[in-house]
Amino acid sequence: MSQKISPPDKPLTDRIRPEHAPFDVAEYERAGGYQALRRALRTMAPQEVVALVKDANLRGRGGAGFPTGVKWGLVPHGPDAPKHKYLIANGDEMEPGTFKDRLLLEGDPHQFIEAMIVAAYAIQADVGYLFLRGEYHLAAQRVQRAIEEARGRGYLGRNIKGSGFDFELHLHTSAGRYICGEETALISALEGKRAVPRAKPPFPTVAGLFGRPTVVNNVETLCNVPHIVNYGADWYRGLSRTENGGTKLYGVSGRVCHPGAWELPMGSSAREIIDEHAGGMRAGLRLRGFLPGGASTDFLTAAQLDVAMDYDAVAKAGSRMGTGTIIVLDDQTSVVAMVRNLEHFFAQESCGWCTPCRDGIPWAEKVLDDLVYGRGRPGDLELLEQQTRLLGPGRTFCAHAPGAMEPLQSALQHWRGDFEAGIAPAAAAPAIAGPATPEAPRPLSEVLETTPMGPVGEGGR
Amino acid sequence: MLSEQEQREIAAERAHYEQPQAAAIEALKIVQAHRGWVSDEAVADIAAALDTSTAAIDAVATFYNLIYRQPVGRHVIHVCDSVSCWLMGQPRLLELLRAELGIDLGQTTPDGRFTLLPTVCLGTCDRAPAMLVGRDTHRDLEGVDAQRLATLLAAYE
Repeated sequence: MSQKISPPDKPLTDRIRPEHAPFDVAEYERAGGYQALRRALRTMAPQEVVALVKDANLRGRGGAGFPTGVKWGLVPHGPDAPKHKYLIANGDEMEPGTFKDRLLLEGDPHQFIEAMIVAAYAIQADVGYLFLRGEYHLAAQRVQRAIEEARGRGYLGRNIKGSGFDFELHLHTSAGRYICGEETALISALEGKRAVPRAKPPFPTVAGLFGRPTVVNNVETLCNVPHIVNYGADWYRGLSRTENGGTKLYGVSGRVCHPGAWELPMGSSAREIIDEHAGGMRAGLRLRGFLPGGASTDFLTAAQLDVAMDYDAVAKAGSRMGTGTIIVLDDQTSVVAMVRNLEHFFAQESCGWCTPCRDGIPWAEKVLDDLVYGRGRPGDLELLEQQTRLLGPGRTFCAHAPGAMEPLQSALQHWRGDFEAGIAPAAAAPAIAGPATPEAPRPLSEVLETTPMGPVGEGGR
Repeated sequence: MLSEQEQREIAAERAHYEQPQAAAIEALKIVQAHRGWVSDEAVADIAAALDTSTAAIDAVATFYNLIYRQPVGRHVIHVCDSVSCWLMGQPRLLELLRAELGIDLGQTTPDGRFTLLPTVCLGTCDRAPAMLVGRDTHRDLEGVDAQRLATLLAAYE
C-alpha cells in the first residue's frame, strides 16, 4: 500500500458523515478504499481470504450469528466446483426495531460494494445481488450510483484490475415481506416466487439460487470483510471485548433520551449502550425490560442490564443478541399491549406456508387483544403458554414462529401479573385472581391508557 | 398491453437473472410505477413477457405488501405500526392522519390524492414514529399536531 493508514477502532462507520452525502468513488479511494480488494486480488488466494475471515471469528450480524468463514468454507471450491456461484447480500432489514444496515448502505455504499467483491472473490462467485427492502429508496439510489461508479473504475465486470476474476453486482429491491430476510425465503423471492422458505438440506451453500451454490450474508457482516483483509485477524479480534470478533452496530429505540445507533466494541454491556450512549430513560420513566436484538428476541429484565451484548453472553442470559438493536420497555407502557403489537406483526408477516405459524400466531394475537382490553377469560394465559410450545423450535417450517414466541414466552415469565390483570374480573377464577409474581399488576385503567386505538385493519392490498 | 417503455425496462431487469421469472417482482414494480397499480390484465401481460403462467405472477403479486392489486391514490401513505413507532406514539399519529384525511386504513380520499396503509417497521426506529409518503420518509413525528401534519401533506399535490 502506498500510504500508511492507522487501523480505525470503528472501521464500519469511520467514513460515514451523518447528514452528508456519502463518499463517491474518488473520495472513497483517497480514504483508503478499494485497497483491500487490490490486496486480496494480488496477494491472496481465495481460500486464504476464507481462512482469514474464519480466523477473525466474524459472526453473522443478521441475527443467527453463524461464523461467516465457516459458511464460506461450505461452498464447493476448486477445479471441480460448479462454474456459477452466487453471493447475496441480505439487506431486507425488516426486523422491527432494527435500523443498522440502512445506515451502512446510505452512509458508505462503496464500503459495501468493496466488501461484496472481496467476499465474491473468496467464494469465487461470478454474480452477486443486493437484496434490499423496497422501502429503502435512498439506500437504493445511493447503492445503484455507487455500483455504476465502481463499474466505471473497473472494480466490477470482467477481469477486475487485471486479476482474471469476473464479478457482476445487481441491485434487487424487494416488494415488502419480513419473511424475505430468512435466507431460503430470500432465494425464493429472488427467483421471482413467493418468499416461502425451503427445506434444508440441501443448504444454499450447495444448492441455492437457481440451484447453484449460494452464500447469503447480512450487509453488516459483509462490511467487516475489507477491514479484516486490510488489518488482519488479530487486529479484528482485538476490537472486541469478548470471544466474538470485531465491533458491532448497536442501536436503541423506545422512550430513552437519545435513541440512536453506535458502532462499539463487541460485548459492550446493555447498560452501557442504554445509559451512556442512549442517555438513559426519559425523565419520569423507569426501564422495565428490553428486547436485546429486535422483535423476535426474548425480553430481558432491568436486573440483566449488565449482560455483555454478544452472541454467547446474551444466549446464556436466556435471549438472543439477534440484530443487536435494543428496544426498551418502560414502566408506563403496557407490556401486554407491547407483546400484542409484536404478535400482530408476526401474524401479518407469516408467509402462510405451514399451519402452526399461519393459524397459531393470529390466535395468540387475538387472545392478547382480549387481555389488552380486559376481556380475557380464565385459561387464556395457559393457552398462550401452550402456543409458545406448539409454535416453538422444531414445530414449524422455519424460524418465524419460534421467533414470534420468544417475546411472548419471556414476557409471560417475567410479568405474568400484567397478563392476569387483563382477565375480565367477573370471569376470573379466584385461584388466579391475584398477582403471581412479586411485581404487582398495573390497574386496568392504566393498561388501557397506553394501548393503541383499536385493531389495525388489513389495508387495501 | 405493456407499453414499449415498460417492455424495455422489464427486459433490462430480466437480463440480470439466469431465469426470466426472476424478474417478476421488478416487472410488477415497473408496471406499478407507470400505472399506479397492477390490474389482472397487467398480471397476464407480465406473465407473457416473462414466459411464465398468469397464476405464477398472480401468486407473487398477491404476496408482497408493496404491490397494489387495486387502484390507489396519487400518494400512498404508509404509516409504520411496528413496535418502536408504537412505543413512541404511533396510535396518536394514525388518529391525526385519519382525522386530517377523513379516511381509515385501506381507503383512498375521494379526490384520489391519498391512500392510507399500514406498514411494518421502516428501519428508522431511532427517529420514531415514522411514515412514508410516496418515496419520502418522514421521521420524528412524536409531537406532531394537526397543523404540522397538514403542512407536511400540502407538499403532495
